[in-house]
Amino acid sequence: MKSTKTFLALALVAAMLTAGCSSTEDEGLAEADQVGTDASTSALADGAMGGTPFGSGGAGGGFGGQDFNSASHLGPEFSDPNNPLSKQVIYFELDSSQIRQEFVPVVAAHAHYLSAHPNQRVILAGHADERGSSEYNIALGEQRAKAVERMMRAQGVSAGQLEIVSYGEEKPAAMGHDESAWQLNRRVEVGYQ
Amino acid sequence: MFSLVRIILIGLLMALSPWVHAEGLTIEITKGAQTAMPIAIVPFGQQGGIGNVKLSDVISSDLAGSGFFKTLSEDEMLSQPNDPERINFREWQALGQEYMVIGQVQGNGNAFNIVFHLFNVHNGQLIMGYRMTAGGHELRRAAHHISDLIFEKLTGRKGVFNTRIAYVTTTTRGNARQFMLQIADADGSNPRTIAESPEPIMAPAWSPDGSRIAYVSFHTKRSEIFVQTLATGQRESVSSFPGINGAPAWSPDGSRLAITLSKDGSPDVYVLNLAGKGLTRLTSGLSIDTEPTWSPDGSTIVFTSDQGGKPQLYTIPSGGGRATRLTFQGDYNARPRFSPDGRSLAMVHGSGGGYKIAVMDMASKTVNVLTEGRLDESPSFAPNSSMILYAASRGGRSVLSVVSTDGASRQKLSIDSGGVREPAWGP
Repeated sequence: MKSTKTFLALALVAAMLTAGCSSTEDEGLAEADQVGTDASTSALADGAMGGTPFGSGGAGGGFGGQDFNSASHLGPEFSDPNNPLSKQVIYFELDSSQIRQEFVPVVAAHAHYLSAHPNQRVILAGHADERGSSEYNIALGEQRAKAVERMMRAQGVSAGQLEIVSYGEEKPAAMGHDESAWQLNRRVEVGYQ
Repeated sequence: MFSLVRIILIGLLMALSPWVHAEGLTIEITKGAQTAMPIAIVPFGQQGGIGNVKLSDVISSDLAGSGFFKTLSEDEMLSQPNDPERINFREWQALGQEYMVIGQVQGNGNAFNIVFHLFNVHNGQLIMGYRMTAGGHELRRAAHHISDLIFEKLTGRKGVFNTRIAYVTTTTRGNARQFMLQIADADGSNPRTIAESPEPIMAPAWSPDGSRIAYVSFHTKRSEIFVQTLATGQRESVSSFPGINGAPAWSPDGSRLAITLSKDGSPDVYVLNLAGKGLTRLTSGLSIDTEPTWSPDGSTIVFTSDQGGKPQLYTIPSGGGRATRLTFQGDYNARPRFSPDGRSLAMVHGSGGGYKIAVMDMASKTVNVLTEGRLDESPSFAPNSSMILYAASRGGRSVLSVVSTDGASRQKLSIDSGGVREPAWGP
């Protein structure tokens, strides 16, 4: 039995190796089955896959790390370390969107400035640390941004001045994988436009 | 203790991009199953030019990586027969082999003829023999196909070696990041970039027929959901509401996307009809409701919600109705994904500060934790429901890992520089 199959298989190999025999019968192989070129070809058709970069260059003005305040028209109070306006990042506890006591004056200072400058707009960008699932972290980042927005609105900033975006865990400020990095990543950045 | 640790470096071609500098995806088998079947894949006899794809290496790597097989290294082989008459089965029995594969490949310019045989080493019987032809660039695909045939014959499960995966890589240069959405073969070879941006790209999801991918892009500095057709590269924005546009999940018939939107307040799950763009809201309230996944019969959607205080999984009829809580173990259960056979649900399971991949058996509702990582996320089932691809962290870098659903075997896919995350296993 075995030797019959072996013989036929060998015969088949031999036949195959001869030119122009791609349609050789397959009965020699126990469960012979031709894998058609068609099938493999169509499976490969996506080899010509299209794909282009999103506006590489144009929009890519670099929302990299530290440049979230690109506005050059801001006054010197924004760079005075004794002025709360110089703090443009609000940090959060794990799994929380509650604004910590120490950041209440920071939010208030920005709210005060924005009320006094009704044409000034800011983007409140919420972030989360890397733990847990990324889409849930998007939601968490948004809750943090909304907490800052609510506090600012309560202090007289108009809705049109505030825009919210959440990047979840996608844009960490610190690259480490422990609490010292995570506490820097659970944040809302106040980005003056 | 079986300790197979092999590293297979896969050379690859990538789309021209200033960010791409000879990056390679590396596969490392980090844990082999103890019950794995010993199989020897003898190097195929060659005639004519066949390029640099070595069939036996690709097949060995596929089978070993599945966790179901333990392959014999070439160095340990005492002979390398190419035709059945030359096999001395006693020799292979002495090497502890249960199965062996021999074959021949002949290249004639633009096509290949391949013959292979699978034998039972104990009784010398031919289990399976095939001949096939493959086009000029299809040798690797043909090797995966052979792996599929062997795998299905010996395990009774469908092989997934000819499937594809999608994932997002992140490369950092100074203060600038570049996100690339890539598609590769299931073994990491053949990667192609289908979208890239300095802003985040997230949540790729394959359409059920594998022709399109839905994903989230922030390239306008707001989140937006796109559907991209792979054959043409054409992409369409399908959701750009104020707030979150996220977590797209295809309905089993490919006509709808379950998505997360926060346009009405807190994040809620909606169903978007792709043809008419009609929106149906499924959840409401102040809680975070996100990360929907469809049951394979399309009747229900499971999602993450913190309505009970902590994130847990809930189920809701896909046509709308009341949500019922599904998970009770652990203080964090999120990002559910149904297995294609509908029998289990993978999730990110947090307890004691770590985040691991767990699987719930839908019939008994018991939860099994499969991984030992600290930051595991984004589980995605293979089409045969027997393996799960997920994102993990190793040495401070994000890598992809594959674990068998019984937890018995694991392998790792990593990129030379930068991180690779958000994997999705395609059909």
